[in-house]
Amino acid sequence: MSASASDSRTAGRASVSERRAGCLAEVTPTVEDAIALGLTRDEYALVCGKLDRAPNQVELAMFSLLWSEHCAYKHSKRLLATLPTEGPHVVMGPGENAGAVDVGGGLVCAFKVESHNHPSAVEPFQGAATGVGGILRDIFAIGARPIAVLDSLRFGEPGDSPRSRYLLDHAVGGIAHYGNSIGVPTVGGEVYFEAPYEHNCLVNAMALGLAPRERLVRSAAAGVGNVVVLFGASTGRDGIGGASVLASAELGEADADKRPTVQVGDPFAEKKLMECSLELLDRGLLVALQDLGAAGLTSSASEMASKGDVGIDIDVARVPLREADMEPFEVMVSESQERMLCVCEPAQVDAVLAVCATWEVHGTAIGEVTGSGHMRIFAGERLVGEMPVAALVDDCPLYDLAPERPTAPLYAPPVATLDAGADPREALLALLGSPNIASRRPLFAQYDWIVQSRTVRRPEEADAAVLALPDGSALAVSIDANGRRVAADPYRGAVEAVLECASNLACVGAHPLGTTNNLNFGNPEKPHIAWQLTEAVRGLGDACRALAAPIVGGNVSLYNEGAAGPIYPTPVIGMVGRLPDARRAGRMGFARAGDAVAIAGAFAPALEAGELAKLRGEALPDGLAAIDIERVRDAQAAIRDAVRAGALSSAHDIAEGGFLVAVAECCLASGLGAQLDIGPSDAPFTHLFGEGPGGFVVSGERDALDELAERVALDVFGTVGGDRLSVRIAEHAFSVSMAELGAAHVALARFFS
Amino acid sequence: MKLGVVRFPGSCDDVDAQLAASRVGETVLLWHADRNLHSVEAVIVPGGFSYGDYLRVGAIARFAPVMESVLAFARDGGLVLGICNGFQVLCEAGMLPGALLPNDHLRFRCGQVDVQVVNADTPFTRACERGQILSIPAKHTTGRYYAPDAQLDAMEAAGQVVLRYAPGANPNGSARDVAGVSNEAGNVLGLMPHPEHAVDELVGGSADGLALFESMGEAIDERVGV
Repeated sequence: MSASASDSRTAGRASVSERRAGCLAEVTPTVEDAIALGLTRDEYALVCGKLDRAPNQVELAMFSLLWSEHCAYKHSKRLLATLPTEGPHVVMGPGENAGAVDVGGGLVCAFKVESHNHPSAVEPFQGAATGVGGILRDIFAIGARPIAVLDSLRFGEPGDSPRSRYLLDHAVGGIAHYGNSIGVPTVGGEVYFEAPYEHNCLVNAMALGLAPRERLVRSAAAGVGNVVVLFGASTGRDGIGGASVLASAELGEADADKRPTVQVGDPFAEKKLMECSLELLDRGLLVALQDLGAAGLTSSASEMASKGDVGIDIDVARVPLREADMEPFEVMVSESQERMLCVCEPAQVDAVLAVCATWEVHGTAIGEVTGSGHMRIFAGERLVGEMPVAALVDDCPLYDLAPERPTAPLYAPPVATLDAGADPREALLALLGSPNIASRRPLFAQYDWIVQSRTVRRPEEADAAVLALPDGSALAVSIDANGRRVAADPYRGAVEAVLECASNLACVGAHPLGTTNNLNFGNPEKPHIAWQLTEAVRGLGDACRALAAPIVGGNVSLYNEGAAGPIYPTPVIGMVGRLPDARRAGRMGFARAGDAVAIAGAFAPALEAGELAKLRGEALPDGLAAIDIERVRDAQAAIRDAVRAGALSSAHDIAEGGFLVAVAECCLASGLGAQLDIGPSDAPFTHLFGEGPGGFVVSGERDALDELAERVALDVFGTVGGDRLSVRIAEHAFSVSMAELGAAHVALARFFS
Repeated sequence: MKLGVVRFPGSCDDVDAQLAASRVGETVLLWHADRNLHSVEAVIVPGGFSYGDYLRVGAIARFAPVMESVLAFARDGGLVLGICNGFQVLCEAGMLPGALLPNDHLRFRCGQVDVQVVNADTPFTRACERGQILSIPAKHTTGRYYAPDAQLDAMEAAGQVVLRYAPGANPNGSARDVAGVSNEAGNVLGLMPHPEHAVDELVGGSADGLALFESMGEAIDERVGV
């Protein structure tokens, strides 16, 4: 996993002012200063040992960042090492700015998901905007042109909480502002509303890019004597301490004071930076390229040096500044946005700077690759810091987690919003209007999903976004994680999240090529959070291995908890796949009156931990039903093949709200009703609204469905047509007009008026 | 036939416009800082956020060196099509009447809209029928067309209101549902919806926007007497 993420877990536990005051002191920092910056007493002693002396201010600032959870993954690295990362399609795995898979035709797709949770909790518009900016830089840092953004959002209950509505509105606004302005379409995403996210919202953004295979560039600095060039925005105090202060353990009540530490995004600067970077690579002018994310120059320069097994000298006096009086340590840790660092041969410096000038981007040679194996920081002639690269980047101690399964429930039951005696019709309408299921149109209508002329399936047209490739094939991409189910069972919930993405891909006819993930969890130093994390990563690994969908990159966001407790454990999964013929990409909506409707797949629905249980105010169960991953995988393959063959009119994965909600969504996507006659049932509510992996609603000609039934369990339940959804099951018979379905489904619109 | 697509820093739909225009002719990108129009026979000012559009939209782009040449080109009767941000730029440059204001709902909105051809007797709509409905994506924050009533009356009388949102389809609160207007001479057209994103059913929702590019191609062919 790359450590250039923007939601860093650097650890300063002091306030900005306390921390800055401590660091500005013209004396050698003490162990107390180190603790204020998030190092432990033992870690500080280790740093002194590596240097054979106490670190000065610049060095301590750099160590405290690079030895943070975010940069060093000190609580997660050993776990992450258990994940599958290799496969036939993998071109670039974890460790670079983004992973990449081969998509044929000489092209690779780079992709990654990253979080910007704490900044968004404090300043949602800029937090979300710079989250998008950060993930886009990761994509073009490896030489790929960004072609799509997806987002994964979590907030508290919008109906109950003005704060959640504010966060939702402004986070969506920030994503729109940045993505729309830079000309990269936002093609998909997901959002869930649950009380445990009330104080700690999640804003994860995923980006995809395309590149000719030979244009990919790595971030390893190489070539002693080569020049290090910083280009992009000038460097200011914005974001200094942002990562450390904001990500410092848990969010508290004084968060409003931290708003100035959130960086402000400038999509126009990033647009120019992107075009400039891609032109530099097209012209073959660069040896290495790296974006500046959390921990700024400190992280990017040290990692480039570490990967190249070289040293780097940097002169902070040459860095273009927004504020003239910045201290060397401030220049090194600034998180000003829209900056890149590259290495080029001395003979190419003029050409590099000329490309920068064309795009009206600052370009400045600020350093040199050396054979010293040390990071040396100069302020003009004055050496202000010197540290072995290996000590900075590789020697941070790693910690084993101490997982312990909780003996009592961690999460309060949700507040009931539906009477337990509600009949199936009432339940259906309540589910369709519930925040987790209602139409996402009020969100995605604010995003440009069209630009770049590649979007074959738009939001709500299919289970996955589909993007055309030049050879007539297409990419498909999905992002998902149901935190409530992971909270009920971290292992199986994580397996389900992976399976859900693959099912989404199957519905458009795509097979998985690779996976990215963002592990959003609480404080891993607490045993029950460590248990959630350990179990979820085990589930993630098992599912990705079974699907041959290796993890090619990702991010970890820990300490997501506040006074009210931890968030639901939320391993956000992003999966990229490919389908051979873009023109046969599957659709969600029913297409033709008279088509047969069937439920297909390896589906064993249960009400526990589902949306209906939530509406009824039921507590989470202690565990989910066992999953036969191979059986789900085979069902996905059958659906995928049928979609590819053009045999189905529609295919839709059964997820939140179960079978009947999935059917209603197929109706809503097309405006066509359906008549379902399910017959006798011992447990009609479970039948209609139960959840679990591996189920699909498909429609098509009867013969095609019969053929599909030879490969996968399939029951034909009804017929497409009319302007009502009518259902008969056991003793229940009811009917809902399309207008009523539609009126329920637009429930989120009122939060954006 | 050669069509030029202007590229400002911050243009986003420039490549899309080039793709669409390439269906009727050769295309070339025109860099904002370069006054040379490379002998093009039509100019497209594309969508996006020219120079970031942190000031009033289009307010900086009108001063770009390339715009001096585009202005002269239009004065000489050359065809100029402004799409979305391009429409905003052409209004700012005084090449089209009226102005574009923030949407009445103040948000960016993206979606397919129905656009009605009001005047099919222009170089940009000659391949359409009068009254024809085109299904074209629109996506913008600042697309509410405004001109004083008297001016709108005059423009309507002169056939300068070339495109309207179909009844009920107005996505931004534009006066009189105006979606696209031309100058008095009829050789400059600006519209908020994106015809360049509706030239291929696979990714455009329809191919209805192609008619505008085909119209331009026909008009150019006629001028050079093909």
